[in-house]
Order: sequence, then structure tokens, then C-alpha cells
Amino acid sequence: MFEGWDAVVLARAQFAFTMSFHIIFPAFSIGLASYLAVLEALWLATGREVYINLFNYWLKIFAVAFAMGVVSGIVMSYQFGTNWSAFSDKTGPVIGPLMAYEVLTAFFLEAGFLGVMLFGLNRVGPKLHFLATLMVAIGTLISAFWILSANSWMQTPTGHTVNEAGQFIAADWLKVIFNPSFPYRLVHMVLAAYLTTALVVGAVGAWHLLRDRHLAGPRVMFSMAMWMATLVAPIQIIAGDQHGLNTLEHQPVKIMAMEGHFHSHKDGAPLILFGLPNQSAGRVDYAVEVPKLGSLILKHSTDAPMAGLDTIPRENWPPVAITFWSFRIMVGMGLLMLALGLFSLLMRVQGKLYDSRLLHMFAVAMAPAGFIAVLAGWITTEVGRQPFTVYGLLRTAESASPLAAPAVASSLVAFIIVYFAVFAAGVIYLLRLMAAPPHPGEEGPSQHEAPIRTAGITPAAQGAGS
Amino acid sequence: MNVAVDLATVWAFIIAFAVFVYVVMDGFDLGLGILFPLFPEKRDRDIIMNSVAPVWDGNETWLVLGGGGLMAAFPLAYAVLMPALYTPMIAMLLGLVFRGVAFEFRWRTTKARNRWDIAFFGGSLLATLAQGIALGAILQGVHVEGRSYAGGWWDWLTPFSILTGISLVIGYSLLGATWLVMKTEGELRDRAYHLSWIFLLAMLGAIGAVSIATPFLHVQYTQRWFAWPNVLLTAQVPISVAAITALLLRSLANKYDYQPFFLALALFALSYAGLGISMYPYIVPQSITIWQAAAPENSQLFMLVGVAGLIPLILGYTAWAYWVFRGKVKPESGYH
Repeated sequence: MFEGWDAVVLARAQFAFTMSFHIIFPAFSIGLASYLAVLEALWLATGREVYINLFNYWLKIFAVAFAMGVVSGIVMSYQFGTNWSAFSDKTGPVIGPLMAYEVLTAFFLEAGFLGVMLFGLNRVGPKLHFLATLMVAIGTLISAFWILSANSWMQTPTGHTVNEAGQFIAADWLKVIFNPSFPYRLVHMVLAAYLTTALVVGAVGAWHLLRDRHLAGPRVMFSMAMWMATLVAPIQIIAGDQHGLNTLEHQPVKIMAMEGHFHSHKDGAPLILFGLPNQSAGRVDYAVEVPKLGSLILKHSTDAPMAGLDTIPRENWPPVAITFWSFRIMVGMGLLMLALGLFSLLMRVQGKLYDSRLLHMFAVAMAPAGFIAVLAGWITTEVGRQPFTVYGLLRTAESASPLAAPAVASSLVAFIIVYFAVFAAGVIYLLRLMAAPPHPGEEGPSQHEAPIRTAGITPAAQGAGS
Repeated sequence: MNVAVDLATVWAFIIAFAVFVYVVMDGFDLGLGILFPLFPEKRDRDIIMNSVAPVWDGNETWLVLGGGGLMAAFPLAYAVLMPALYTPMIAMLLGLVFRGVAFEFRWRTTKARNRWDIAFFGGSLLATLAQGIALGAILQGVHVEGRSYAGGWWDWLTPFSILTGISLVIGYSLLGATWLVMKTEGELRDRAYHLSWIFLLAMLGAIGAVSIATPFLHVQYTQRWFAWPNVLLTAQVPISVAAITALLLRSLANKYDYQPFFLALALFALSYAGLGISMYPYIVPQSITIWQAAAPENSQLFMLVGVAGLIPLILGYTAWAYWVFRGKVKPESGYH
């Protein structure tokens, strides 16, 4: 299956595969935990039954998604040791504490209060239960804080020295934690998580509105989700632009790959909209470009000079085609989200928010957009950092474990088989939960379940967010 | 044994504590999974699942702390041990994937429920076996050159590591059975008593077998356990095991609710102390001491602040969660 792949390439493939599967769930859980906290707060404040119905409805979905995030996350935490032992030895003193703090301040908080959140409403009463929900939501955000700090340090390392054993050592913890790209990456990722969840919630609401425009639960969730899309999609585009300018300052080679700039431009670089980056020839084939726009976006001046990959030794080039295309997919998704937000605002102003079938169909189609954008964004930033694990300082090839290719190939095959089996089932169960609308008197996980339809995907579920 | 109180030693105890809390807490979860085939009735399985549904995730988090803490406090040991234990580690992770999702998935399907019950059992068994094998492989030492693992891919697989693997399966089963005694009622509890007897006797056999085999692994272990005056200290361990066993047998005979579980935990604590006595001050036996593997002081200090402040807090709210779900599991609570 993987003949001709060496151990490092296999280890990279394994990391990409397990990371891609994992990130889907936290992206959804971070947003959904906050949404659940908002729903419960609204219920406590207003006493309106629709809010507790929605809370219980999404809580069951949260439980399934969270479990998948937990089990795929444990794999990530041990993979640094199994497949990247040289990286662990060298960066452990800096990155290890950040991840240990993630466990101490976030994972325990989430896991410790999750049981009360899922099953404890009748045992502890609404106020304490709300505290538990709040703790879980805060835990997901703290988790994002630490893991993005660790990743950002790998992208823009600061505040460290190197000892005689070749290990990175923190010289200044504040500089390590709040490294130059961290604030941008944190804002960008948390907003992405909120958008991802809003698009799923909006799609589920729209799906049920398409069948019955008068359902109270779907109307409320759809309206809330569309507010989120309307307000946050433009903010996210601005945050992404700022993040890009920060990357230009600290990781110029990544930007060159994202933009497909193989050549330097002395008086204004074009914006290449589409094309086929040709790594070996060092050019973009069939490029469709807008003159000067690249410099305008990145340097805010049409004639600003832009260096290209021709100024960088070839052995330090990232894989350009992947970085180039994943970036465009992410931006495309962002623009579609902006369009959905604006369209929903227009319908809202005209009083057609719950009547526009076109809007509802658009919202249903956008259900996976957040996940696609998150994956494309992570691929952009991680592949764009290559050939380094710690940008400019530690090469990926020098980070891997002393592994034999067959061992890594076997574990990769095992992960692929298990993940597809387990997570496909999980997604089916999620869709099944979403296929039924929330109804009056919706029960949480700890009370009696409505009878579940048998046998695979119901016809109703086949369109919902597929 | 001169225990110099320095940062590395403090951290060795913190990691040891995290791993022990993991064994104590996730041990009975995994044990319940291993016992699953012995409870074929759906109603019993629902109760067993609901007895840990609110807490299993918090229990498993200690494993993440153990791994993450090892990487942060002893990066060299983490970098050597994980590749050395490559296969058991991957097996453990895959087992935990199946086990973890089964907690949620089995309630979401009627048709495939049995499949997830099998996943719960198989995942728990695989993860436990892998943890036990990893323990044995660490005890027997791994081949290190420079700053990395230099052994083969099957070095971990020996009769000794299989013995420790099976021993841990027995031990977790005992924890699971005594947990059920504490959390259930009626006929289910009676069967849990019966299983507690069986697994207690099996565990005594396992403790004996591992204790006899360990000194033969390496001369250092022999000296540590049997050299004068160490023997005055180390002899307390088997004496305590005998005492705890007597109490545990009595508590089972008297049909106590809570005592069997906590006495089983005490047996684990003693076995664990025995492991510590064998290993100290090595973190990778015979090759790397805790001082050689230690991260620079400022890394260990930076984390110590967090650990000192946060671990008590974590233990506090974890205890609260257990308190909220205290008492016997009622069939009508939890998932249905």
C-alpha cells in the first residue's frame, strides 16, 4: 500500500490523517459548548421552554461529538512520542509544559464537569448545572489557548535558547507562550470554531424549516445561527487578513507558497487567482492572475516589491501546490459564509428569514463549509511550515523517531481502518440525532429517550449536512 | 536509599502519582469492559455503563497527564520509551478509541448495540493488556544508544511482559468487580461478589508470579529487594499485601459494600510501591536515571507552579462529580 514511502513521509501522513480527523471534533465542540451555555443562560433568564428543549437537543449531539474528540485527542498526545521522538526530546522542555498546562487547566475541567452537564440536571438543580455547562465551555476555550500557543511557537519560535544536548529551553515563558503569531492564530481558530458550529446549527434549523416553517425550535436555532454568521463571517475575514500579514512578517516563505510566488517581483506582485503550481519547474502553470493585486493586499501598495521562492534555497521550499490550493479552498469557504450571512441579513430585514426556501437550501448546503475551511486552514499553515517542524530551526526529517517504515505503515493502516469504521458510525449517529427536529418536552441524555429509528441513515438524514 | 529532594525527584513522584491515579480510576472502567461478556443481559450492561458514564472521561484524562507530564518533565525518557513501546502504545490507543466511543454509541443504536458492546469489551481488554505489557517492557529495560531508542520492534514482547499484561487484566477485573459491588444491588451485586473472589485469588497469583520473576530480570532488582538493610523496608510490602488480602477476604465474606473496592485499591497501591522500589532512581531501567532525563530546571519549575495549584483543585471538583453521582445506580437513571 505504501511502497516506496520512507518512515518520515509515513509518519507525516499519519500525523496529517489523525490530526485532520481530530480537529473536526474540537472545532465543533468549542462552538457547541459555548452555544449550549448561551441556551442554558437564556433558559434560566427567560424560563422559555424552547431554550431548554434546544439545550437538551444539542446536548445529546454534543455528547457524541465530544466522545469522538476525546478518543482522537488521546491519540494525538501520544503520537509525539511514538512517531516524533526526536522532536519530543528537543522541544519537550518548551512545548511539553504548554501541553501539560492544557491538561491541567482545560481537559480536567471539561471532563470533570461533563458528567454533571450530561446527567446531573435533576441531581444538582439548574444553577449548579449551569455552572457545570459554563465550566465545560470555558474548558474548551482554555484548551484552544494552550494548544494554539504550542503550535504557534512551532511556527514563530521566540523566547528560547538551545542547550548542549540540542534541546530548546525556555528563556522567557511569556515570550514562548505569547509568541508573535499566537494572538492571531487563537482569534482565527476560535472564530472558526464558532462559525463551524453556527453553520451546522443553522443547517439543521434550515433543514427542519424546509419541512415545516412553523416549528418553534428550528426557528430559534436558525435565527441565532444566522446572526452568528452575519456578524462573525466578516470579522473572521478581517482576522484572517491580519493573520496573513503577521505570517508575511514572520514566515515569508509560507506566504510565497500560499500565493504561488515562485518569482520575485520588483514593482508589484500579481494576485494569482488560480493555476497549477509546478514545484519542479518553479512556476505556476495556467495562472489566472490580477496584476499588482498581490502587493496591494499584502503590502497595501500596488508597486511594492515582493520576494519570491527564487530567493530561497530549494531544500527549504514547502510543498507549494498543497499550500496554494488549501489556502484558496479556505478563502472560498470564507467568502461563501460571508454571502450566507449577508443574504440572511437581507431576508431578516425583509421579514422573510423563516420563509425564504432559497436561504434555507443555501444554509443546508453550507453545513460542512466550516469543517472544510478548518481543515484547509490547518493544512495551509502546517504544510506551509515545511520542511520544518520548528520554523527555520528544526527540520521535519530530523524530528522523527528512529522508525522502520513497516512499523509506521502498519500503524497508519490500522488508524485508517479504525477511524473510518468508528467515526463513520459516529457521524451516522449524529445525523440521526439531527434528522428529528427538537420537540416540546425534549429530553436530555439522562431521561428516557424517544425510540430510535432502526437501520442506518434514515431518508431524512441523507441530505442533512451530508 | 538516599532520596535527595531535588526537582527531578519531585517530578518523578508527580508523574508516578498521575499514573497511579490513572490506574486507580481508569482501572475499574477498563475492568468493567473486560467483565462485559460475563454480563450478557442488556439491563445489567446498561447499569454497568451508567455506573461510570458520568466519570469515565475524567478518569482517562489522567493518562493524558501522565504522557504529557512525561514529555514535559522527562522529555528524554518519553522520547526513548514511546518508540520502544511502539506497538503496545498504538494498540492501547486503538483500544481506547473503541472503548471511549462505545460509551456513547451503544445508546444511539438498537441494531448495532451488540457491536458496540463487543467494541467496549475488546477495546478495554486490548488497552489493559497493552498497558500491562508496556509496564513489563519498561521493567526489563530497553536498548538505548545516545539519546534515542536503538532496539528492535519486538523487544517489548517477552514472557515477562506477557505475564505483566495478563496480571494487569486480572487486576483491573478485580477493580471492576469490586466497583460493581459498591455501585449495584440485587442479583447483579451477588455476581459481582462472586467475581471479586475469583479475581482476588487470581490477582494474588499474579502478584506472586511477577514478584518472583522481577528479581531474575536484573541484579539491581535483587539487591534492591534483598540486600541488608533494605530488606527491613522492602519486607513491609509483602507483609502489607498479606494483611490487606485478609481484610479483603473478610469484607467479601461479610458482604460489605464499600470496603472491597477500597481494599482492592490498597492492593494496587502496594504493588505500585513495589514497582517504584524496583525502579528508583531509573526512569528507563538500567539506562536512564531521572536526573539524566530531566527537563531543564526552568521547565520543571514552571510546571510545578501549575501542578501545586491545580492538582488539589482538580481532585476537589472530581470528588464533587463522584459525590453527585454517589450511591447505587438506579436502573431508571442515566442513559436508557
